[in-house]
Amino acid sequence: MSEDIKVSIRNLYKVFGAEPQAAMEHVRAGMDKADLLEEHGHVLGLKDINVDMHAGKITVIMGLSGSGKSTLIRHLNRLIEPTAGEVIVNGEDVLAYNEEQLRRLRRENMSMVFQKFALLPHRTVLENAGTPLEVRGYERHEWEDEARKWLNRVGLEGQDNQFPHQLSGGMQQRVGIARALTSNADIMLMDEAFSALDPLIRTDMQDLLLELQEELHKTVVFITHDLDEALKLADHLVILKDGEIVQQGEPQRILLHPNDPYIVDFISDINRARVLRVRSVMQKTDQPRPGMAGEVDADDTLESVIALSEGDTALSYRVMRNGQQVGILSVKELVRALVPTAAAEDGIRAKAG
Amino acid sequence: MASYDFLFDGLGLREWCDAGSSQAPMSMADLIGKSQGGDAPARSIWDLPFPSMDALNDACPNFPQARELTKGLENGFLSIKDGLSLFLDPLTQPLSWFLEGALWLFQTVPWFVMIPLLLLVVQLVARSFGLVLFVAACIGFLAFIDHYDYAMQTLAIIFVCAFLCVLVGVPIGIAMSRSNTFQNITIPILDMLQTLPPFVYLIPLIFLFSVTEPKLYGIAIILYAIVPVIRLTNLGIRLVDKEVIEAADAFGMTSWQKLKGVQIPLALPNIMAGVNQTIMMSLAMVVIASLVSAPGLGVLVLRGIRNLELGVGLVSGLGIVLLAVVLDRVTKAALARVNAAQKQ
Ligand SMILES: Nc1ncnc2c1ncn2[C@@H]1O[C@H](COP(=O)(O)OP(=O)(O)OP(=O)(O)O)[C@@H](O)[C@H]1O
Ligand SMILES: [Mg+2]
Repeated sequence: MSEDIKVSIRNLYKVFGAEPQAAMEHVRAGMDKADLLEEHGHVLGLKDINVDMHAGKITVIMGLSGSGKSTLIRHLNRLIEPTAGEVIVNGEDVLAYNEEQLRRLRRENMSMVFQKFALLPHRTVLENAGTPLEVRGYERHEWEDEARKWLNRVGLEGQDNQFPHQLSGGMQQRVGIARALTSNADIMLMDEAFSALDPLIRTDMQDLLLELQEELHKTVVFITHDLDEALKLADHLVILKDGEIVQQGEPQRILLHPNDPYIVDFISDINRARVLRVRSVMQKTDQPRPGMAGEVDADDTLESVIALSEGDTALSYRVMRNGQQVGILSVKELVRALVPTAAAEDGIRAKAG
Repeated sequence: MASYDFLFDGLGLREWCDAGSSQAPMSMADLIGKSQGGDAPARSIWDLPFPSMDALNDACPNFPQARELTKGLENGFLSIKDGLSLFLDPLTQPLSWFLEGALWLFQTVPWFVMIPLLLLVVQLVARSFGLVLFVAACIGFLAFIDHYDYAMQTLAIIFVCAFLCVLVGVPIGIAMSRSNTFQNITIPILDMLQTLPPFVYLIPLIFLFSVTEPKLYGIAIILYAIVPVIRLTNLGIRLVDKEVIEAADAFGMTSWQKLKGVQIPLALPNIMAGVNQTIMMSLAMVVIASLVSAPGLGVLVLRGIRNLELGVGLVSGLGIVLLAVVLDRVTKAALARVNAAQKQ
């Protein structure tokens, strides 16, 4: 597993309004979002954001509407200019880029997928998919094959000459993804890319993304307000609230150790058996023990173990990864893990209060 | 005794008022007063006139009368007129050539070439066989009642003016969509152009250019008809979906690529609606412009009015209606085609 950092956001602040720099002073002095709006008429979009995004991983940014997700992702390719802070991509500070360098970054290093697809309605599916290369100055015969390849890859064979409005929403977003892939950028930004789709198609698209990711290993920044989606896709999960990060880390860890009542609320409704994995609740040991009822995989969901045990809490299983024992899971522990945890004492709310 | 004496006395301006005043020309009220014999009796407060220029002039002979305003404007205009035409004349000369050229072309090409040519254009623009038939019937009818030449003159003028409106108007609209300041400056001018009664354009133009030159009516038509195409280009570009613009930026388009590849194509339905209105307004103005020697069907309408030739006026009016319907249908059909190609 390569752990090199592809994108790094440092102390990022964004204040919307007429005089953001002046308002920044108040923010630095500790004023919160509501007061800033009331007393100075400025909106605090983002406050002291620090995130590292690893190469080849999916970083999911989750939060409710208005929490600043879109604002954050738009800082990565500078569709929005920050008020303070740094955005470092491939070791270079993007904010120091001039127009030409920035255009290069957007053309070659980052692609984007949008919530409402944002396809060009007057161009065919093939032309839409070829846009990134066309923008770079390639001729049609040069980009056609590449665009067609990615259209086929996302399951749109033979739709080349359709117009976007002739396709269903799910198919349009496939074009959006093909367009992002055609650019051959290694960072892919997805702003609520699947939120406009109905649930079944949404699941299909999530599977498509995971499947592509298996093969392409892009650095994906994915935004969603849906926890199930976040848990399904995330390697690294960042939870935003009112422009601040409340918690970030491995999704399973956040589920088992939420550090804020906000997150507890958030996760209280999900089906924990379906999202928690054996590896997160097992007892780590490579010592064999007697009386095991069988073997389960470290990445199995708890749900599948419950099914296997048929509800018998007396049983225990060996947990295997790549043929090696990595731990022991007793069904009793498993059941305990299904009960939602209260916020840890060191949560930021606790600190503040 | 004038009503506002107290004002000038109070301000200590009495001396300035009377200085070297050899009684200014009398206002109408004075004349009436005089003719009724002598000074009017002391007036009650109910008769206090509005402190207009004339009323103030009563009290203070050195204060200008209202008629001096119009005269001043006129003199001002006349004094810059020569300088203005020195600069405007060569600038607008091509317009005269275009109009003369188009009029010559439309009248010299024989009808059996011209009519099929026009129908071909209709087919290319609208792609509708039914519409071609309809246009053929209209032109055929106009030709049959011997209005073909007049109709062609009107069409020639409209083609030239509408073409120039688009040529100039679309870039102005684009500039407006990119700069709020420029938009704020331009909108009042457009409002003025649109609300001024068309006859009013003609007055300064008559002073600037000779009535025999085609550019006189050309300018009048363009000024009147250019407004919608500018407005709708601006609006169309501003209404382009924000997310699509964001996508264009995110893929690193330059602003020229964005304009050419995204904004103009997506604004096209609105721009076309503007062109349609521009053409209809050119037609309306070309009739009025016959007052300043624009040839075409308008001349016949004018003759109908001047000589009280009811039949001539009505038939040419009908001709104009037919042309209007034809132009409207053809441009709307083109618009519908653009719309169909890019509904979201
Ligand atoms: N241009 C702007 N001017 C002022 N305030 C803005 C601007 N853009 C965003 N905001 C504010 O910043 C906050 C975060 O907005 P943002 O669009 O990033 O939220 P989001 O998390 O993407 O929400 P959603 O799920 O609705 O898309 C909101 O309070 C919003 O009102
Ligand atoms: Mg958003």
